[in-house]
Amino acid sequence: MVLQANNINKHFRKPVDFHVLKDINLSINNGEFVSIMGKSGCGKSTLLYILSTMDTDYEGELMIQGEKISGRTRDELSYIRNKHIGFVFQFHYLLSEFTVLENVMLPAKKLGEKSLKEIEADAMEKLRILDIESIAHNKASRISGGQKQRVAIARALINNPAIIMGDEPTGNLDSHNAQNVFSIFKKLSVEQGLSLLIVTHDLDFAKKTDRIIEMLDGRIIS
Amino acid sequence: MNSALLLGIAKKHLMTKVKQTLIAALGVTFGIGSYITLVSFMTGLNEMLDNLILNQTPHIHIYNEIEPSKKQPIASYSDFEAALNVVHSVKPKFSQTKIHNALPLLEKLNEDKRVRGALPQLNTQLFYISGPIELSGNLKGIDIMNEVSLFNFGDYIIGGSAKDLENNSSGIFLGSGVAEKMSLKIGDRVQVSTVKGGIFPLKVVGIYQSGVADLDDIQSYANITTVQRILGVPNNYITDINVKLHNIEEAPGMAKSVASQNKLKAVDIATANAQFETGTAIRNLITYAVSVTLLIVAGFGIYNILNMLIYEKMNDIAILKATGFSGKDVQFIFLSQAMIIGIAGGLLGLLIGFLLSTIIDGIPFETDALPTITTYPVHFDIWYYIIGFSFALVSTFFAGYLPSLKARKIDPVEIIRGQ
Ligand SMILES: Nc1ncnc2c1ncn2[C@@H]1O[C@H](COP(=O)(O)OP(=O)(O)O)[C@@H](O)[C@H]1O
Ligand SMILES: [Mg+2]
Repeated sequence: MVLQANNINKHFRKPVDFHVLKDINLSINNGEFVSIMGKSGCGKSTLLYILSTMDTDYEGELMIQGEKISGRTRDELSYIRNKHIGFVFQFHYLLSEFTVLENVMLPAKKLGEKSLKEIEADAMEKLRILDIESIAHNKASRISGGQKQRVAIARALINNPAIIMGDEPTGNLDSHNAQNVFSIFKKLSVEQGLSLLIVTHDLDFAKKTDRIIEMLDGRIIS
Repeated sequence: MNSALLLGIAKKHLMTKVKQTLIAALGVTFGIGSYITLVSFMTGLNEMLDNLILNQTPHIHIYNEIEPSKKQPIASYSDFEAALNVVHSVKPKFSQTKIHNALPLLEKLNEDKRVRGALPQLNTQLFYISGPIELSGNLKGIDIMNEVSLFNFGDYIIGGSAKDLENNSSGIFLGSGVAEKMSLKIGDRVQVSTVKGGIFPLKVVGIYQSGVADLDDIQSYANITTVQRILGVPNNYITDINVKLHNIEEAPGMAKSVASQNKLKAVDIATANAQFETGTAIRNLITYAVSVTLLIVAGFGIYNILNMLIYEKMNDIAILKATGFSGKDVQFIFLSQAMIIGIAGGLLGLLIGFLLSTIIDGIPFETDALPTITTYPVHFDIWYYIIGFSFALVSTFFAGYLPSLKARKIDPVEIIRGQ
């Protein structure tokens, strides 16, 4: 079990008390490719922020790789995110002053487990897997949207995380690029046994994953 | 490795804002540069003024003042003990201004370990006579060579040399004002007459200028033995003793004990020149007030640029935090940006301060009042540079601290949601 959430509840207190997540129970197995679907505003992003340890304001219990995460200090959570979780956002989010290669290397440099040379080799390897090694030395602000999202995926992969999470990672891409990103995820899941948890609006996309979690008004309904 | 990584990010950020970074750094440069220049110049001035006083002023001046007895004879009569005695128009008893037992006292002082030197002087009033002109003035008999070594007398000789006086038992150093009024120059003869009468011819062997016009218009110097001869007094006749100590702080205490032990007046330098301390304190106050003001302005510049950077780099902060950088890491990035600005600006400020001080040090500055000064006085002291640089570091740290704390606390979820 890579990820397990027990009885997660969350309220937004402002502007009025709003029970946004209600009794969420879910678990992701090793190597599983899971998608989350649901109407806009049902709480998918909110759930993902909690599962990715960025949001700590909730009730319930979160386990990553069998270890309890809830209640850890911010610094411990930063380390866990760095080492075990890769995150892909809808809006690419690269550091625009850095090159593609530097962006990908950044989380590994932070982790500091490998030498600079090894990290660079790893990063080039990830870029190759995503078929973008040719733009390694371009500035991140000088590449296309589809390329940016692939760079973001490469960055999410750099520390060989236990799980990749994505919040509508294809939501901002045209269908060609969206298809491309999806097949990358599929390939990573099949070839490398990576665990993935992806929020999407795209039913065709979701249908091809191992399991679909459907949410409605803050609850998991199937 | 971690801090190198964070510094790399900090540097990249600053490089996207070269212009603002430069302006913020120049603010610090300006603050530190003016601090160094001001403090060096002000201290130079202080020292010059202090030296002006200290060099020629004895640490303790011992003399005998003629004053009426504090205790009137009637007080000794037991008959009037209970009565209220009023004595009108009390006058001092006639006595000499000479110091009683001066030679043993001098010897004792010179043996004292705290004393660098004690010199006798004989002060008298007289008239300078040259042709039809008669001018009243003062003649001081001094131990010329020791005055030169202890009280920098040589600095104030503008014609002739100390040796000329020492070797001439009828030589005189005229005050520059006296010489001018009487149209006398070195080699001329001048006659002096004492208050008691009697005219003595002396030879002008040098001109003296203290810089204080009132003094130079009346004062002249001769060997103490010469003056004793003119006055017809024995060689133990001494009116003043000037003492220079090793440690000026000991002056007040020692003055007190000398005065009470010998029934003499003894004035120490601190009491005589209290106003100079005040002047120094005020000049220092101005220097620091100006520098701190400039640095506060510079601090606002840094505060500004950091806030701007943080605002613009919200996304970067969110990404860094989402990918595993801690709040502390992010704070380090922004705080180090402030420090980079502070260090670069501060170092440049030290350099500019040094250059300006050097330039000022070279500007000619000549005044009659200060015969030994030829350029503006500047005091160079490594401590000003250390203090100035610490100033830069502390002020940029404070300017950077609040914005960096803000960056540390930014919630990445809020930023990511905001898209
Ligand atoms: N900071 C917030 N304060 C109050 N309500 C919020 C906040 N963020 C999101 N919400 C609300 O919570 C609900 C769930 O939001 P979200 O998780 O973003 O939905 P989804 O990602 O499924 O579209 C929405 O109704 C949204 O308006
Ligand atoms: Mg959402």
